Amino acid sequence: MNVNRSKLTHRLAQVPAYGILVIAMIVALFPIFLVLINSFKDRKAIFRTPWVLPLPDTFSLVGYTKVLARSNFGLYFANSIIVTVGSMFLILFLGAMAAYALSEYDFPGNSLLGLYLSIGIMIPIRLGTVSILRLIVAMNLVNTRIALVLVYTAMGLPLTIFILTEFMRQVPGELKEAARIDGASEYRIFWLVIPLVRPAIATIAVFTMIPIWNDLWFPLILAPGEQTKTVTLGAQQFLGQFVSDWNAVLSSLTLAMVPVLILYIIFSRQLIRGLTTGTVK
Amino acid sequence: MAQVKNRSTRRKFPTHIVVFLAPAVIIYTLFMIYPLLDSLRLSFFSSNSAGNEFFVGFQNYVTLFTDELWQPRLWGAFKNNLVFFAIHMIVQNSIGLLLAAILTNRSMRGAAFFRTVYFLPTMLSVVIVGFIWQLILSPLWGIAEGVMGAAGIESLFQPWLGLEGPALIVLSLISVWQFIGIPMMLFYTALISIPDELIEAATVDGASGWQTFWKVKFPLILPTTGIVAVLTFVGNFNAFDLIYTTQGALAGPNFSTDIMGTFFYRTFFGQQLQLGNPTMGATVATVMFLIILTGVLLYMFGYQRRVQSYEL
Repeated sequence: MNVNRSKLTHRLAQVPAYGILVIAMIVALFPIFLVLINSFKDRKAIFRTPWVLPLPDTFSLVGYTKVLARSNFGLYFANSIIVTVGSMFLILFLGAMAAYALSEYDFPGNSLLGLYLSIGIMIPIRLGTVSILRLIVAMNLVNTRIALVLVYTAMGLPLTIFILTEFMRQVPGELKEAARIDGASEYRIFWLVIPLVRPAIATIAVFTMIPIWNDLWFPLILAPGEQTKTVTLGAQQFLGQFVSDWNAVLSSLTLAMVPVLILYIIFSRQLIRGLTTGTVK
Repeated sequence: MAQVKNRSTRRKFPTHIVVFLAPAVIIYTLFMIYPLLDSLRLSFFSSNSAGNEFFVGFQNYVTLFTDELWQPRLWGAFKNNLVFFAIHMIVQNSIGLLLAAILTNRSMRGAAFFRTVYFLPTMLSVVIVGFIWQLILSPLWGIAEGVMGAAGIESLFQPWLGLEGPALIVLSLISVWQFIGIPMMLFYTALISIPDELIEAATVDGASGWQTFWKVKFPLILPTTGIVAVLTFVGNFNAFDLIYTTQGALAGPNFSTDIMGTFFYRTFFGQQLQLGNPTMGATVATVMFLIILTGVLLYMFGYQRRVQSYEL
């Protein structure tokens, strides 16, 4: 911090800048906040005093009881968790294996294969939906969570492999050579390298998780059945159905948002540090 | 048999390389590359009522581009998508740049907090965001009216999502609200990596903050501008969830919010009275693919190359 005569004018010059930041903050948070607080009110208070926090006489959980009674939100949550965790595991594990091979071994066609695997970074997988649905039908996997996991794995692999390959190239060769001299297998060496790229893996994990958790398209097309609905699809259909029941709508929105908000609050530091130090370019 | 203990066996067929690569390559090829290629193939086929598929050459494309039922929908969706993209480029990316520029100012406090807040809506599902804004803009609840009333412009309030003209603009702005964190973060990363000496040198030479930004910082982050533009382009021409959630598959009122994603969904999956048509769906998908490819190639060979040559 440079101390000089113009410090006061400098501070004054920052007032508009802070003004912009605060206005942007209010715009970003206020819609979310409004839904959260109103989900805990009775119907009258939602319309009469939408701006006020729930008070003892307006507090009500009627929306939540309705949502939980009329829909399978618990099941939808379980489905979303299974699909997201399953896909993430496959993306990270298989992606790390492929990235390791690409970064470690000099085999013919290495760079060509790297290029092939990176096509999917720019081309959205959605464009192949017609054939993906046919494939899933042919494999008899319609309305299964496995179908979603497989498609999301294919969707997440390209960027994961691309980024992890860059990171694994930076792992010093001495460590691997030392392990080889000690007689370690190539698989053993892979497991030695993994902890060294853990920060990159953590960032990629968050980045692949969010679009999977939030996706509407593939659950809508591949797994719309009641037993396999994810939270995003379940909320979308529930909201469409009960659009005039404000208590239920506000509560279901809150239920669908809260897990993501909590995770974001816990992991935002690592996530944003990962983003801004160029883990994801 | 993966006997790698002995060094000399490594000269043999490298089983371990195959083991490392095969699972990822197989899943990626089967569920991403094959469907994309198969969609391309299907766009040259048609099916009869018995469900048999036969080769029709470019007939689907001719139908899509010239048939009086298909052509207006295609152009409508394409034009709306261009508007959607233009609003993102103008509003989202310039505000993102502004916020990043303010946050990278070294004497600013609380930058980490603000960054976290601005990125928060990006984390939410588009479905949730669509419904939240539907409620906020609903004349029944009167939140938007209330906010405008506080600013003394209550009379300007209209049920925008139901009006043909404003609906697309309002939906674009909702999407901007959600995704502004992405350009903000990318610009922030680029700005923060500019060496201090360059900025100090400009300050010593008497440049104002404004001048330093446009003459020193902005030229240095031009490559990021390109990345932001191409990411916005790909994201926008692939968008679907927001329109589907708030306006339904028919992208009302009167198709005024129809974009390529909703057009693709309707064509392929059908809605209400219209039956789904997979081969026409594949045709629309291929057109979307070509649009996205054009954008990516323009960036790679037009923008990126030129900007890099400036840097040298």
